Amino acid sequence: MRIDGNGLINRAKPVSFQFDGTTYQGFEGDTLASALLANGVKLVARSFKYHRPRGILTAGSEEPNALVTVGHGGSQDPNVRATTQEIYDGMDARSQNRWPSLAHDVLAVNDLGAPFLGAGFYYKTFMWPKAFWEKLYEPIIRRAAGLGAISGEPITDKYERAYAHCDVLVVGSGPAGLMAALTAGEAGADVIIAEEDSLLGGRLLSEAGEIDGMPARDWANEVAIRLNAMSNVRVMARTSVTGAYDGGTYGALERVGHHCEMRDGLPKECFWRITAKRTVLAAGALERPVAFQNNDRPGIMMASAVRAYVNRWSVAPGKSVAVFGNNDSAHDTAADLLAAGVHVCALIDSRPDATTTLDVPFYAGAQVSGSEGRKELEAISISRASGTDKVQTDCLAMSGGWNPTLHLACHMSGRPDWDESIAAFVPKPGMVPGLIAAGACNGVFSTAACLGEGAGAAVVALEAIGLQADMPKMPVAEDRDYSISPLWAVAGKGRAWLDFQNDVTVKDVKQAAVENFRSVEHMKRYTTQGMATDQGKNYNVQALAVLADATGRGIPETGTTTYRPPFTPVAIAAMAAGAEDKGFAPERFTTSHRLAVKAGAPMIEAGLWYRPSYFPVKGETHWRQSCDREVGYVRNAVGIADVSTLGKIDIKGPDAAAFLDFLYTNMFSSLKVGRVRYGLMLREDGHVMDDGTTARMADDHFVMTTTTAAAGQVMQHMELVSQGMRRGMDVRFTSVTEHWAQFAVAGPKARELLNGLLDAPIDGESWPFMACGDMSIGGVNGRLFRISFSGEHAYEVAVPARYGESLFAELRSRAEALGGGLYGMEALNVLRIEKGFITHAEIDGRATAFDIGMQGMMSKKKDFYGKGAAARPGLLEDDREQLVGLKPTGVVKQLTAGAHLYRDGAEPVRVNDQGYLTSVAFSPTLGTYLGLGFLRGGRARHGETVKMVDHLRGIETTCEVCHPVFLDPNGEKARD
Amino acid sequence: MIELVAKPPCEGLLPVTIGTVTLSEPDMAPLTLIAPMKGKEVALAKAMQTAHKLEWPEAGATSGANGAALVWFGRAQALLVGVAASTKLNAHAAVADQSDAWARVVLEGEDAREVLARLTPLDMRDRAFPVGATARSEVFHMQASITRMGADSWQIIGFRSMAATLVHDLTRAMESMAARSQR
Amino acid sequence: MRIVCPLCGERDSREFSYKGAALALAYPSEEAGFEAWDDYLHNRDNPAGPTRELWYHGSGCTSWLVVTRNTTTHEILSVELAEDAPESRQEASA
Repeated sequence: MRIDGNGLINRAKPVSFQFDGTTYQGFEGDTLASALLANGVKLVARSFKYHRPRGILTAGSEEPNALVTVGHGGSQDPNVRATTQEIYDGMDARSQNRWPSLAHDVLAVNDLGAPFLGAGFYYKTFMWPKAFWEKLYEPIIRRAAGLGAISGEPITDKYERAYAHCDVLVVGSGPAGLMAALTAGEAGADVIIAEEDSLLGGRLLSEAGEIDGMPARDWANEVAIRLNAMSNVRVMARTSVTGAYDGGTYGALERVGHHCEMRDGLPKECFWRITAKRTVLAAGALERPVAFQNNDRPGIMMASAVRAYVNRWSVAPGKSVAVFGNNDSAHDTAADLLAAGVHVCALIDSRPDATTTLDVPFYAGAQVSGSEGRKELEAISISRASGTDKVQTDCLAMSGGWNPTLHLACHMSGRPDWDESIAAFVPKPGMVPGLIAAGACNGVFSTAACLGEGAGAAVVALEAIGLQADMPKMPVAEDRDYSISPLWAVAGKGRAWLDFQNDVTVKDVKQAAVENFRSVEHMKRYTTQGMATDQGKNYNVQALAVLADATGRGIPETGTTTYRPPFTPVAIAAMAAGAEDKGFAPERFTTSHRLAVKAGAPMIEAGLWYRPSYFPVKGETHWRQSCDREVGYVRNAVGIADVSTLGKIDIKGPDAAAFLDFLYTNMFSSLKVGRVRYGLMLREDGHVMDDGTTARMADDHFVMTTTTAAAGQVMQHMELVSQGMRRGMDVRFTSVTEHWAQFAVAGPKARELLNGLLDAPIDGESWPFMACGDMSIGGVNGRLFRISFSGEHAYEVAVPARYGESLFAELRSRAEALGGGLYGMEALNVLRIEKGFITHAEIDGRATAFDIGMQGMMSKKKDFYGKGAAARPGLLEDDREQLVGLKPTGVVKQLTAGAHLYRDGAEPVRVNDQGYLTSVAFSPTLGTYLGLGFLRGGRARHGETVKMVDHLRGIETTCEVCHPVFLDPNGEKARD
Repeated sequence: MIELVAKPPCEGLLPVTIGTVTLSEPDMAPLTLIAPMKGKEVALAKAMQTAHKLEWPEAGATSGANGAALVWFGRAQALLVGVAASTKLNAHAAVADQSDAWARVVLEGEDAREVLARLTPLDMRDRAFPVGATARSEVFHMQASITRMGADSWQIIGFRSMAATLVHDLTRAMESMAARSQR
Repeated sequence: MRIVCPLCGERDSREFSYKGAALALAYPSEEAGFEAWDDYLHNRDNPAGPTRELWYHGSGCTSWLVVTRNTTTHEILSVELAEDAPESRQEASA
């Protein structure tokens, strides 16, 4: 219930929100948790496995119980921690893992079955029949045990990713973090201070102490104002640093829009990648619970959380509060409750020698051994040597001590040290290079010590990056010793919870030890301890303490499980922000793209490029009709295709020819200026990397063409050769792919078309087959290559890209006037298959020059890249799979790419495999399907009949093996 | 004689202003990639000085004079922007016209740097990236050249074929920043 | 991970791509023989500790780099241009 007091809430601004359909009022500054407690709502969740009623345990991001779903449909967020979710007008939150309602959850029967549902239950029970696991058991278990669900609808919220860089990253803004940021900021360093909470201050916001004679939280506010005023300091509130990575890189999740109704364009979350020269980890500490019978009832909370609700939000979590601890900080909670006018019915300290000056019923050397109540706490049992008392209470504040929040320090596989004096793990220096832990996360708990460590860490960081730094004048603050006597689990019968979120009890951990899961990593996986969304932040240490006890080892020998990023959950939507829809990958458009789309061409992806499949005309109902027509254009008149996507590399320098001689298997130094030659490139292992034509524009100037797919790879390869293996060569090269719009003009009427267009006409003598040179169209300078990928008399004409669209339109209309027109990728593919020209369907990374019948192109006169490897035994054997042509001869006249080849009559099984088809097309020119493929010893088997079986599509036929060039084998048409 | 019509890479896409930031495409200018041949670095620098009054830039730097700029463009190369390259450079360098190879845009405004910080991993703080600095890096999924032209003014050069994606990605980040700035 | 490119300065690892051991620079001659080729292509040490590897600054200056990296800590001990690396020089002597 809300109490008087000066909590950090704005009572002038009421906020109305819904929880499970009921409307409640809170105030600006409230979290969902504080607002629910203010409204007396204690039951907020059902547990994962047993569907036990659960309440709010903490006041921070470590919350295991109070997970809710916020929003609907494409904006629905499951597993939102009520303790960090700020309320806003109209917010709709729902509890999870219950049916039909939170108060009446049918699956609460699981709790009655608890004796059978302990550790390893699933593994032991649902073993057979094997198929049942996937089909029956797992779906049922998943439905019964679970967290919140996503809506299944596409996300409607925006998410964001961003980068930030700084000299000093400060993680956390309690006393240590604030002092670190202030010290570094004043020294002139670029500082980022990241704080999970909406306000800076950390625990100072929740505690009652003083710094420099003013309330600690006022001091925190003053420092925050100073930090915000510094231009070299970036204050990032609502930002959790989630992971530490190599080289001073950190991941951080900023909750940008979670606390307000979504506004157009505002991202919900931003995933930051922050790089820092040095990092001060000032993440504080997390209080741990004590395991005792039924310690999970709604109303049993962390003592620090109770303190926070009272001080920061002016909320009393109960009418009559009991406080139970094994350390001094529990006493502070009792004191703050009294100061706020809340009745404290008992202060229980497990240490026999504990004393108090507070006016409360005090139980030293006592332990809480049990609780009563179902949907909320009603009473606790207090056990002492003298006997057990029952005390009526509706809220128990418990404290088992503090665990330094050292997670980030452990993200690079470092293992922390056990500090007996505080009964907790502490980070070792240097676990993450450049990261310095300060304050509570370093095992130092008094406010004064935290302030000092923060400033000290900043000074160390500043010196490391070469900035002058002195220790600032330290504010005056409380400097009490911290004293604790370990208490992990109260002895007794019944279930005592360790992991609240995954429903793991002391008994489960002991059972794991009995079954010899003695390694902490095995225990974790067997019991699911610490495996939920909270990753067991509060209570992993207790679990391993129980394991240590059960296995007769000490805690340091037992060790911790591995701390891994993220510290708090990160939505995949945040990590992948911007990569949806058009952000998935760049779209590369040729200059003719707009006109191709306008012409109705379906576009297909070729790498990142978009290319037209075919250009349908009126009356055509099937792509084959369009394709056959377009093939006819090229074979009978003239066709136009955009080939700009092929890689074009401009190569210059005195050693350009020698460089190409090394890159290509065949000779280029012998190529005449003004001529083009086809070349083949190998990888270092002797297999084919790529092929293409290279034109010699001048003695020291070549233009290389690569395939569309391999353009980037070839460029990278050339860089490696020129910077590495042949770094002495004087050659420079650059990609000019994007500079030129290049179009194939192919067919018997190609020259006729061009001569209507070129400023200076050409003839067979000036531009023979494989000629190249400069030309101009309408005064625009470009290049002309007489090369052919169709086997026809053909050219490729290139102009600067700005003129691409205009030239494409011109070529199209002129081609149409000559009885031709545009052709797309489908026709291009048919044309090249008819001619037996290879693509990466054939040179798929496994083929050698020998395999594709180009062994003659491997020069014997020079070294070339891959030559030594290509000569290895086994790469030149007669029974290798060699490129062949295939024509259907059976009843089925269809061939399919990917189908396998077998000897006629052989059983079509793997051991009889003879090869496979790589490319197939229906040839309108020859009136039959044609295939290219690889067949064992294929070059010697022309004329043989083989069986083709496509097991996937269920197609079987016979084909005749033939030469891979089906049309014009002597290449007369291209030379015509 | 036919007349071919020129189209700039971002035609129909720009300019756009969202919040404090404007993305625009300057008029197409000559772009020439210049790479010194081995051992010709000094001679090229001299020829560049004579022909265009431009200093050969160190890695990560630019130089400018008379409306032309020389932008470091990667290992052993620089991009001459705004003026056609003198043929005198050819004796010392590989010279390639790339006027049509790139989409060149300018991002300006108070939040321009923060917009870029959503797309590039570059450290763009004043000390690391002062006015006149340049880098080859990434803009989201694509390679780019980024140059700081002024305190709040950035030139971004990306592949011409990816102009639409460049505008898409930048615009998305601009929308995000505009929504944040309104808060 | 951050890599300090000798030309571009410290950059995010996303700008780079990896291509295995720097040994790839020590390209054998065509007459080196099958064993030398087999060794060059297939045999690599797998050290727990410093290792020399090739990285390509493809989204940056397009330099090939030899990065010396400790495989157990991920610490980067040095970065040099491939053209200056001793592995490249082996080719000249081969």
